[in-house]
Order: sequence, then structure tokens, then C-alpha cells
Amino acid sequence: MIELCNASIRSGPFVLSDVSLTVPTGGYAILMGGTGQGKTTIVEAICGLRAVERGSVVVGGVDVTRWKAADRGIGYVPQDLALFPTMTVREHLEFALRIRRAGRTLIRQRVAELSHVLGIEGLLARRVHHLSGGEAQRVALGRALAFDPQALLLDEPLNALDETTRDRLCELLRSVQRQRGLTTLHITHSRTEARALADRLLVIESRRVTERPLAQLAAPADEKRGHSTFSGTQTSPYSAS
Amino acid sequence: MSDVETGVPPESPPASTIGTAESKRTNRAKRAHRAGSDLPFLALMGALGGGYLLLILALLAADIAYTSPAHFVAALSKPEIRFAVRLTLISCTISALLSIWVATPLGYLLSRFQFRGRWLIDTALDVPVVLPPLVIGLSLLILFHLPIAGGKLDDWFQQTLGFRVTFRQPAVILAQFAVACAFAVQTMRVTFDQIDPRAEQVALTLGCRRSQAFLQVVLPQAWRGLIAAFTIAWARSLGEFGPILVFAGATRMRTEVLSTTVFLELSVGRLEAAVAVSLMMVMAAMAVLGIVRLLGARVN
Repeated sequence: MIELCNASIRSGPFVLSDVSLTVPTGGYAILMGGTGQGKTTIVEAICGLRAVERGSVVVGGVDVTRWKAADRGIGYVPQDLALFPTMTVREHLEFALRIRRAGRTLIRQRVAELSHVLGIEGLLARRVHHLSGGEAQRVALGRALAFDPQALLLDEPLNALDETTRDRLCELLRSVQRQRGLTTLHITHSRTEARALADRLLVIESRRVTERPLAQLAAPADEKRGHSTFSGTQTSPYSAS
Repeated sequence: MSDVETGVPPESPPASTIGTAESKRTNRAKRAHRAGSDLPFLALMGALGGGYLLLILALLAADIAYTSPAHFVAALSKPEIRFAVRLTLISCTISALLSIWVATPLGYLLSRFQFRGRWLIDTALDVPVVLPPLVIGLSLLILFHLPIAGGKLDDWFQQTLGFRVTFRQPAVILAQFAVACAFAVQTMRVTFDQIDPRAEQVALTLGCRRSQAFLQVVLPQAWRGLIAAFTIAWARSLGEFGPILVFAGATRMRTEVLSTTVFLELSVGRLEAAVAVSLMMVMAAMAVLGIVRLLGARVN
């Protein structure tokens, strides 16, 4: 379970106060909201990259508010992926396990399994510079999954991908998440993505997170008019993909 | 949606309402726009920049024209000059290594952490860059001979490490390091500024301590910067003269480096030897730049 209780998070001059949200164990929650609402700030606070001034972060029933990011055991795929430019794809998959001083056999097994599931076996020896968008996403996902995290945070992971690649990655995300029973929080602007993945819909509006019924996602009439009350898309056609 | 977004130009008022002068202006604006040639601009930029390049080449050409292979042989046959060459190569390398050893952590900390009073540190680090080198030499001399807590720093070195600094070879290295390191710090700081901190943050979520994230994710990306910082520190050390003269002296066969040699030869009127040694320094600097560039190209 991922739980944020009345948390106040500061990001420069920007302050989010009294934010609460819950993702039940094994659940797949989608967090939607307009640009500048603080979605990324929330995710960073959960994985420990941003300090929570008040309130608490609970992961798997343990209060990790004062824990270092390294100790939280949360897989994180940031919006810009932030792959390691000097490492090969294999080294990305091995990274978290090497840090944990895992044995060679385990590392080899995990890399083989992950690369197979993610469909990147052919890329293992490559450096990350010339990977396509979809390939880079898979590598970032693999890097975050390698150490068997108890929760997964995805910050607009499928942005800037063509539709086919996005659909395929959606399927992959869903199957990986189900298989491992991973508690997942996924930020997106895309209703299509949300429809394909969510079993819980969270919306941030006026800096408050509220849970909405999934039925709100299936509102094609609204979508056609580009009229959405929560994804910040009143005027922009981009997100109603 | 606004006009800007749709690309629709704003409607112009009906022609009948516009005066003749204004309609002329409108017509001129409507005519197809031609930007004209870029050649004069590029030629001017090239001429201004090329002038400096020409000056450098002319300086080198004049040195080469003035000297002859015989002068080189004569200069290199002197044991004092051979000693100076050796001391220069060794001292520059040591001070450049010391510089990147210090500049890497300092550049990293300054690039990644914001804190109160940081401007003070920034200013202090710029002091060696803006101060006349001679003043740095004088300050070093004073520091090592000022009575501190009943003793002098120079004596402390003698007692604990077994060697004195002032007017000896360690002084040469310290004088070079004091200036060169400031330049290395600037280079390393820019290097770390250009490395995206996100990858490092992700490494933290993957279980790294800061030190592990630094050594495994950041430092491998900083290779080019490390090489550049080393080169700059080495070249600065090679050119250092004022602080060495004041702090280490210009004793032949003891604290003489090539910049001192040029000064010593010049002061006794042996211009040929001074020019030959100057050209040696040019060649040494170019060799280091070349080697380092090659290494840099291979690393990346």
C-alpha cells in the first residue's frame, strides 16, 4: 500500500499542503491533473527525493517519511527517464542488484528474466544513447523493477511515444504489474492510458487529490469536446488521445 | 484560440479608410520579404576573430624565425636547463593532479548544493584568478613565515614531514597549485552543472548512498571535464612565474623551472637561449594539449 497522509511538500516557492492519497496493495492507481498541479512533486515525495515537511508517507504499512530514498525500496521511472549515459542496457538492469551486493547467479537470472519480459534481450550490450523512445522506456522500467520493489511510481512514462508503442507498453505494464502484484501509482494526462490501466482514479485539482469513479474515464462525449474537468485539457487537444 | 495559435493574420482595416502614406507602407510590408546576404556578417565575424589567430601565429613564427636548431642544442646541453625541463614536467604534473583531486569534490559540492553564504565561498575561490600572481607568491611567503601559535608553518613542515617548503621544490608545486587549482575548480563546476542531477536521484531511489551515486553515475559522465581541468591546471602551472619567483626563488639546479629559465637567461642578455626555452615551453604545452585531446576523444 502507498499512503500519503496530510502531507505538506515544498518544491521551491511551490507548496502542496495537506495532500492525502491511498493506493491499496496490488492496486494500479492513475493520478491525473493539470500541468503545474504538483503531480511530480507528490511522486518525488513518495520515493524520498523531496522532503515532506508535515504529514507522513507510508509504504507497505511502514512509515517511511524520514527514510532516505535508497532505503524505501520503491521503483521510480521519472518523466525524463534519466537513464545512465555511460552504462549499457545490461548494466542498467544489473545496477540496483549490484548496489545490493546480490550474487552473480541471481543477477544473471534476473537480467535474463527481465529482458525477456520487457523484450529488450537484443539490446543488452547497447549503450542507451541511440535507443528509440519505446526501448528507452523499457530500459527505465527494467532498471526500476530489477530489485523487486514493493511499489512502483511512474511519472508520465508513455509520453512522446507513438500510439502503437504506447498500446504495447500499456499491455506490458499491466501484465507486469498483475504478475508481481505491484502497488503502482502512475501519472498521466492520457485518458486512453488511464482507461487501459487504472483500477483506481485519483485526480489532483486546485492542489487537492480526490478519488473519482473510474466511470468518469469513459465519457466519450466529454472527450470529444475536449472538455475535461480534471486533466487540465479544456483548451488543449493534446491529452485527449 | 488566439490568432497566434491558429496562424490567422489579424484582419486589416478596409483600404478606403487608409491614407496614402499608410497604404504605401502596407504595400511595402506586403511585398515578398528578402533577408539579404549573410556574407558581410560572417566576413566581419571572421575578420575580427581571425585577427587574434593571426597574432598568435605571428608570435610563434617570429620566435621560430629568431632561433635555430643550434640554439636548441646549445640550450639543452646546459645541465641547468635540462634540470629545469625535468622539474617543470614533474612539478606541473603533480600540481595538476593535486588540482583535480581538490577541484572535483569542490566543483561537485558547489554545483549540487545551495546554502546560505555560498557567495562568500564563490568569491574566495575567485581570488586566485583575479589576484596578480606575484601577490599570491608574496602571501604564501608570509603565510609560511608568520608565527602561528608559537611556531612557523615552514618549521612545522620541517619537524613533521621532514622537509622545508619555502625556497625549495615543494614551494614550486605549491605556488603552481595555488593558482592552477582555481581554474580547475571552475572547469569542474561547469562540468557538474552540465550533468543532469536526475540520473543521480534515480540512482538514490535504486538504493545508492550519495557516494555510490557519485562514483558510479556522476563521475563516469565527468570524464571530459576531468581531462579538461587537468589540462588547464597543467598549462597554468607551466606558465606560472611570479609566485614561483617570490615563494620558491630562482636558484639554478634547485628551484628553476622553464619560466624562470626564460627570465634568468633574459636578465643576463642571452636572448637566443631565452627564445629557445620559450619554444620548448610552447611545444610542451602543445604536446600535453594534443595527448589530452586524444585521450578525451578515446574516452568518449
